[in-house]
Amino acid sequence: MSLEKCPECSKEPTEDELLAQFEEILDGYVEKPGGLIPALQTAQKLFGYLPKRVLQLISMKLDIPYSEVTGVVSFYSFFTTVPKGKYMVRVCLGTACYVRGGKDVLASLEKELEIGVGGTTPDGLFSIDVGRCFGACGLAPVIMVNDETHQRVKPEKVKEIIDFYRDIEMTIIKEKAG
Amino acid sequence: MITLSINNINVEVPEGTTVLEAAKKVGINIPTLCHFEGKKPLGACRVCLVEIEGGRALAASCSTPATNGMKVFTNTKRARLARKTVVELLLSEHNGECKTCDRNNDCELQNLAFQMGIEDIRLKGEVAKPHIDKSTPALVRDNGKCIKCRRCVTVCNEVQAVGALFPQGRGFSSMISPAFMSDLDTVACVQCGQCAAVCPVGAISEKNHIDDVWEALDDPTKMVIVQTAPAIRAALGECFDYEPGTLVTGKMVTALKQLGFDKVFDTNFTADLTIIEEGTELLMRLKDKIVNGKKVALPQFTSCSPGWINFVEYFYPEYTDNLSTCKSPQQMFGALAKTYYAEMLCKDIDEIVVVSVMPCTAKKFECQREEMNASGIQDVDYVLTTRELAKMIKQAGIDFTSLPDSKMDSPLGLSSGAADIFANTGGVMEAAIRTVYEIVTGRELPLENLHVEPLMGLEGVKTASLKIEGTLPDWSFLEGVGLKVAVAHGLSNARKLFSSIENGEEYHFVEVMTCPGGCIGGGGQPRFTDDTVRQKRLAAIYAEDEGKEIRKSHENPDIKRLYERYLGKPLGETSHHLLHTHYKKKEIFK
Repeated sequence: MSLEKCPECSKEPTEDELLAQFEEILDGYVEKPGGLIPALQTAQKLFGYLPKRVLQLISMKLDIPYSEVTGVVSFYSFFTTVPKGKYMVRVCLGTACYVRGGKDVLASLEKELEIGVGGTTPDGLFSIDVGRCFGACGLAPVIMVNDETHQRVKPEKVKEIIDFYRDIEMTIIKEKAG
Repeated sequence: MITLSINNINVEVPEGTTVLEAAKKVGINIPTLCHFEGKKPLGACRVCLVEIEGGRALAASCSTPATNGMKVFTNTKRARLARKTVVELLLSEHNGECKTCDRNNDCELQNLAFQMGIEDIRLKGEVAKPHIDKSTPALVRDNGKCIKCRRCVTVCNEVQAVGALFPQGRGFSSMISPAFMSDLDTVACVQCGQCAAVCPVGAISEKNHIDDVWEALDDPTKMVIVQTAPAIRAALGECFDYEPGTLVTGKMVTALKQLGFDKVFDTNFTADLTIIEEGTELLMRLKDKIVNGKKVALPQFTSCSPGWINFVEYFYPEYTDNLSTCKSPQQMFGALAKTYYAEMLCKDIDEIVVVSVMPCTAKKFECQREEMNASGIQDVDYVLTTRELAKMIKQAGIDFTSLPDSKMDSPLGLSSGAADIFANTGGVMEAAIRTVYEIVTGRELPLENLHVEPLMGLEGVKTASLKIEGTLPDWSFLEGVGLKVAVAHGLSNARKLFSSIENGEEYHFVEVMTCPGGCIGGGGQPRFTDDTVRQKRLAAIYAEDEGKEIRKSHENPDIKRLYERYLGKPLGETSHHLLHTHYKKKEIFK
């Protein structure tokens, strides 16, 4: 569902460009009963979060009161109205991870990134979220960075994991600079 | 039909009836805090639990359909205890002090706690966080007192089709509020106050003007005059234990005089004036279209109901030209009181305080609109709802029921029966037709009792067509024209009317009242949860109309005098300045 990057300048599409694209997609949900949640899911996938003006557009196009749209958004924890970092770090606090020190891992992560749960670093790279069991209890405590799982994480190992992604970003910046 | 038994009493009900409704039929009231007459049950409050033979658990009677052979028991120990526990749980998180609550003695939760004999809050825990929203001129919301019954959500979304309120968030921390728990002034709320009218507790109320009014009354340098809307007289009595539909016009006037108002006038007077101006405006629009071939906005929409004005400005801004430019009777009164009347008394306008008693919360908003200062300052200073007036009467220690009757003061107090029916859905239209027909033909409207039958009653959208024949020479262009009119009440019905207009239905004149039933069911009226109250108030208003010597606005001698002495002619220069206004598009997202 994400926009193709422009082959010449390889820039990320702007939110305005995405909005124009989303408006077209939204036409498919008009007058469809139960179209609200699929529309929200599509929007979140496209924008990475749910910007206010996207929610207002959904409200207008689907003819659903804005309060209802935001009511649904705020009910489901899957939806977010704040932009998330490029790397979503999720700490498992399910039973197994919890008893094996998941909370200490979370504390260490919060300290390393200087943000709390639900927050995003000012450079837009990292966000922290908590989960309740990723189904990898044998590897507890577990954290996930986007789709990659890190097992048996110790609080003192957190910096190492984060630095791995920071390095990737440094490389990208250097390549761009030529 | 379905037969079931409730507490061993057999009852026959139509299919689709709920257990709660069936019980009511045999005189058993099952307590409920979320039930909303005529709307799909939510089962939100869980107070209406009953025992059903063979059922695994207790059932919420509001959302359980009656079935053949069902045996319901409402009064078993198990059911009583469960209901009591539910109310105790609600009380445990309710953040409100009854003694200082606006709803003390008028609160459904308090009543239930009393009825159930709850004498102690056994369950202690976290209470709801207070979150007080005073952002609008009309309404105050306090989420700490909210029990999340969602009646306000139902009325705002389904009855009014405004959609300002919806549950936000989840679980204990959720709130019934505008988008993202923001304040009401940040969203498209029309300020109708139907949410405040259906709220069982003190979570939504009108913004109180009582203290301001007392202050004005206590100030010896001020002349405080009051106007009372047509709908007050058919409902105020309910606050003093009269049956719904009891007219208390005379007692109301006496009470207002005893409260210390210097003059007691009638919004009905300016309702008559509205008919003259708005009727003439309609005829001018028709003439411009038919004779002059001009492009004019038709149908003309009535403009008395400020919630409806907000609704058009927010949701149908392309129709603002269709709204009559006439101010509402409240604002016409305010403008005249501080010009015509002030000049008559040689008073400085700063010495005059104009108070309105309205069945409406949106009137509190309307009087603060920037356009409403024809006199040079705010024309109407304070607006009391019917409920607030009742409180003031009680505060003053006045024994309302034993009061003698009094008459409204002159020269802004005399009114016709046509003005009375402004309170009812269909009433403004009927009043206008009585006058317009007579202007055009020179003859009285040839209908029994002067009533336009198809426009009466509680049907959501009503229409009528009236063939005009035998016109006077000035109006010959209307000869043979079928005047088509439509009436809607409750803004969801206004939406229906808009879609019929957009589908090509043509009307000349459309009346919309914001609240179901019209002003008699306004957001500032004594609270009720049952449609029969609306019916009784409608009937009382028609009785008031039929009992009047003068039944038509244009026959009101004080209105004639007002034109002779001050205004000149309808739609004239003075009228234009004092009695007419304009509208603007409002953004839904702020």
